[in-house]
Amino acid sequence: MALSDKDRIFTNLYGLQPWSLHAARRRGAWDNTAALIAKGRDWIIEEVKNSGLRGRGGAGFPTGLKWSFMPKQSDGRPHYLVVNADESEPGTCKDRDIIRHDPHLLIEGCLLAGFAMGANTGYIYIRGEYYNESVVLEAAIREAYEAGLLGRNAARSGWDFDLHVHRGAGAYICGEETALIESLEGKKGMPRLKPPFPAAVGLYGCPTTVNNVETIAVVPAILRRGAAWFASFGRPKNHGTKIFCIQGHVNRPCNVEEEMSIPLRELIERHAGGVRGGWDNLLAVIPGGSSTPLIPKHICDDVLMDFDALRDVKSGLGTAGVIVMDKSTDIIKAIARLSKFYKHESCGQCTPCREGMGWVWRVMERMVEGRAEIEEIDVLEEVTRRIEGHTICALADGGVWPVQGLIRHFRPLMEERIAAYRARHGSPQPALPMAAE
Amino acid sequence: MAKVTVDGIEVEVPNGATVLQACEAAGKEIPRFCYHERLSIAGNCRMCLVELEKAPKPIASCAYPVADGMVIRTDSPMVRNARRGVMEFLLINHPLDCPICDQGGECDLQDQAYGYGMDRSRYREAKRAVKDKYVGPLIKTIMTRCIHCTRCIRFSQEVAGVPELGATGRGEAMEVGTYVEQALRTELSGNLIDICPVGALTSRPYAFAARPWELRKTDSVDVLDAVGCNIRVDSRGPEVLRILPRTNDAVNEEWLGDRSRFALDGLKRRRLDRPWVRRDGRLLPATWPEAFAAIARRLTALPGHRIGAVAGDLADAESVVALKDLMTALGSANLDCRQDGAALDASRRDFYLFNTTIAGIEEADALLIIGSNPRVEAPVLNARIRKRAIAGRPFPVGYIGPHGVNLTYPAAHLGEGPAALRALLGAAHPFAETLRKADRPMLILGRGAVARADGAAVLAAAWQLATETGMLRPDWHGFNLLHLFGGQVGALDLGFVPGEGGKDLAAMLAGDVDALWLLGADGFDPARIPPSTFVIYQGHHGDRAASRADVILPGAAYTEKDGTYVNTEGRVQRGYLSVFPPGEAREDWKIVRAFSEGIGKRLPYDDLDALRARLAGANPVFGTIGTLERRGCADTRGPAGDPAALGESPFVLPITNYYQADAISRASDTMAECARIYGGAAPAKLAAE
Repeated sequence: MALSDKDRIFTNLYGLQPWSLHAARRRGAWDNTAALIAKGRDWIIEEVKNSGLRGRGGAGFPTGLKWSFMPKQSDGRPHYLVVNADESEPGTCKDRDIIRHDPHLLIEGCLLAGFAMGANTGYIYIRGEYYNESVVLEAAIREAYEAGLLGRNAARSGWDFDLHVHRGAGAYICGEETALIESLEGKKGMPRLKPPFPAAVGLYGCPTTVNNVETIAVVPAILRRGAAWFASFGRPKNHGTKIFCIQGHVNRPCNVEEEMSIPLRELIERHAGGVRGGWDNLLAVIPGGSSTPLIPKHICDDVLMDFDALRDVKSGLGTAGVIVMDKSTDIIKAIARLSKFYKHESCGQCTPCREGMGWVWRVMERMVEGRAEIEEIDVLEEVTRRIEGHTICALADGGVWPVQGLIRHFRPLMEERIAAYRARHGSPQPALPMAAE
Repeated sequence: MAKVTVDGIEVEVPNGATVLQACEAAGKEIPRFCYHERLSIAGNCRMCLVELEKAPKPIASCAYPVADGMVIRTDSPMVRNARRGVMEFLLINHPLDCPICDQGGECDLQDQAYGYGMDRSRYREAKRAVKDKYVGPLIKTIMTRCIHCTRCIRFSQEVAGVPELGATGRGEAMEVGTYVEQALRTELSGNLIDICPVGALTSRPYAFAARPWELRKTDSVDVLDAVGCNIRVDSRGPEVLRILPRTNDAVNEEWLGDRSRFALDGLKRRRLDRPWVRRDGRLLPATWPEAFAAIARRLTALPGHRIGAVAGDLADAESVVALKDLMTALGSANLDCRQDGAALDASRRDFYLFNTTIAGIEEADALLIIGSNPRVEAPVLNARIRKRAIAGRPFPVGYIGPHGVNLTYPAAHLGEGPAALRALLGAAHPFAETLRKADRPMLILGRGAVARADGAAVLAAAWQLATETGMLRPDWHGFNLLHLFGGQVGALDLGFVPGEGGKDLAAMLAGDVDALWLLGADGFDPARIPPSTFVIYQGHHGDRAASRADVILPGAAYTEKDGTYVNTEGRVQRGYLSVFPPGEAREDWKIVRAFSEGIGKRLPYDDLDALRARLAGANPVFGTIGTLERRGCADTRGPAGDPAALGESPFVLPITNYYQADAISRASDTMAECARIYGGAAPAKLAAE
């Protein structure tokens, strides 16, 4: 029951055709956009709501609902649409392919979404490392302006819409929506306290909605082909198609657009050529980008790839960056590397994240060697629990979930390694002598 | 109003209040590090987490707005676990140096660790160490102790108006500093020490001086500027070790200027601790009877009108009234307290007061500053203006005075001298229009602007402008004079100005008197005193005037006596004795009283109560301590002086060196160091040096 070609939204995901406006139009983009806009704001929001589209950036918040939080009438302040193209989650590279191979889907989506939320201005915040992508995106936007699809009376819809590209400077935290807004305003990228939410007080203090690239890029297709069409894919509450990024120990790593709720095993075997050395050589999968907890093989056997199914196995769909690890992997070392990443990317604002992520990483480094006490696994677990949920943004949560997943599923392996270290070296020495304490 | 239930207690709080405020209303203490009432909310320490019913995660109570029907729990297992977690995280990288930390005993982290800390550390890795930063001569940094609450950053940006502190680096590499190593350019830097919840920012002059529990704490009032900041003087034995602000929302909120806070080492240096009498041209040590006899010999031989007295800028009202009574008894009306020659009209109180009041600044909606730089003349008051300026509602500020002054808030520079004031009068000047349109306009007239040849004209012109622009109304008084020191207004209130037929300071210095009694009067160049004049200097510091004196009577500094002071808004406040005056020095009113008895003109008060009754008799305002009634202006008749007689020379600011503006701070090493670093003009060297 794989997604048939006629139902694909991203028809140039692999860049087999040019990204230009001319080619994009032949693929169906910008086809009478004015008619969609003519149906009105409420119709667009209602269609998006009915389609069951959930945010593709990781949290999976219903997009139509998010848009409906924007004030219906402006109180004099402008409204802003901000597109989050700061795709920094390790294991995720879907937005990159959308931007470099099919940028007009995104640009058209920006116009439609901007109109739906009363925004005359949109910003695309693209991660600094995506230099070539930003060049393509800017060229595509220029094309759109020249064709009258952006700017005054965009696409002859009667709606004025300007779109700007802003390049980030390489901080993972700037993918968090309020940190992104701060960064866009020229400040240090640090998440803001919520409430107030961006829909009330966002960019420059004005109502703002921040959406992921993929979320915005699927909107034109939903509006053209109807909410019912989009909702026909996937299980209830997990509708639509989704780009999965499959990598790691598979035979053919790839990005692929598939139906939501596809079984993980089918996804890997059909599109990525299967696990290296066969399915039985699978150790674990991180199903949704680095911040989601890993799931071991016995869960991978029959889990479905959608928000709710993965939440039920204490993981998450996240950004759908599927990291496949076979039995050659040192799973503790792999997770320790992720801990280092999150320690490095913590903005330093909240105490638990600033102090805790370094602690977690350092203990993880010792766990890799086995230079620890068995009880320290419990300490580690408790430290992650004390970090989780106690911070302004979700970076800390995403940073400790991989460790929690490791302890949940691979605790025997960790104990084994500690025992092996003890057998070789005697009891583990503390990292530093602590005479005074 | 919103109804909120906190731990089963129902409280009503205004809409827009935070959950933390609701918890406090319910009597629940919420631990916090980053939250501070007078700063913006950061919400980053995560210590104030509480449980909100139906919320999946604990919420930061300092930042979360209340909503009707909220149910909050402040002592649930979820909350306790969260707080213990935060405490553990704060402590893993915090050095275990409480025994040698100056914050010890008054440290938020230490205190809260009792409530939420563990008795041992589970952290087995290497602790973080951070290089100390240089932020100026007043603040010692031990950045390893920093818990990144960002209070200091927010203070310097919001209150002090110098965005020079910030955080660099990310995550656990985040460091607070000044980006480039330089001293913070603010007169309010000492407040960073108070605001820092741990020992990362401590007082450099006070480093390792004492433990807080050894100190005797005395409430008092600052006199080194005219704001009348409420202070607490911490002393041990005979020594004042520390001066801290006390909270008074009407005056200084909880801030204190650096000179007021750090000039205290000047209280120990260059002190006059015994009487001196000049014999054969040399000042020689003497006893009190000898000194009194020397004065009596001279004064009793003179007719009253050949004797004069000048009250200094730091004098307490008690000694001023005693000296005035003595002079009256001697038959002299030659009194003056305006050492700078300010053409102040003491006939009506609102001619020389800051009538809008300091708290009233927050209600004003337009401001004109004439010949004053409040940032150095009254830093705490300037912080209040800044608070109003950044409050969101429009607040146009105009400024007339020298170029190159950074007030910390935007101000339109309207000119350098009285010409700008003339332009605002009558004609359709755009800023006059702004003032007229404002609902509550105010002006601040610097004392320096009236201490000049055309001072009376400037005063009258400013009053006329106030009248024309609607600043003087029965419900609003927008005319303000900004004084410079804590004793100035009290002396005016007591009428320490030339009486009937009396001579003012200029006349006295022109040789119209044969004896001059200086009560701590160091505000003018003693070289202006004619050589033939017999000078009695009564004061606490061997500053400018003492070396010119023929008799020196050692008095007490403001920390060494019970004294009454009136601040620039006319608020009467009391300071209390913290340490005794050094050596043979005595409280000033007692010196005057003792002298009066010796010459047979005994002043009719034997103790402080009787003297204070006399004070209240001299001016009823001395009967109300601490409180102040807001005044409108019912009578718009202006002070003496012709507004048309404005001169041409530009205004000159009276204080060019904030750190060495009075006798105490001129004696202070700390202040000398500040003046060197911040580039103030050095005071003239004294003969003795």
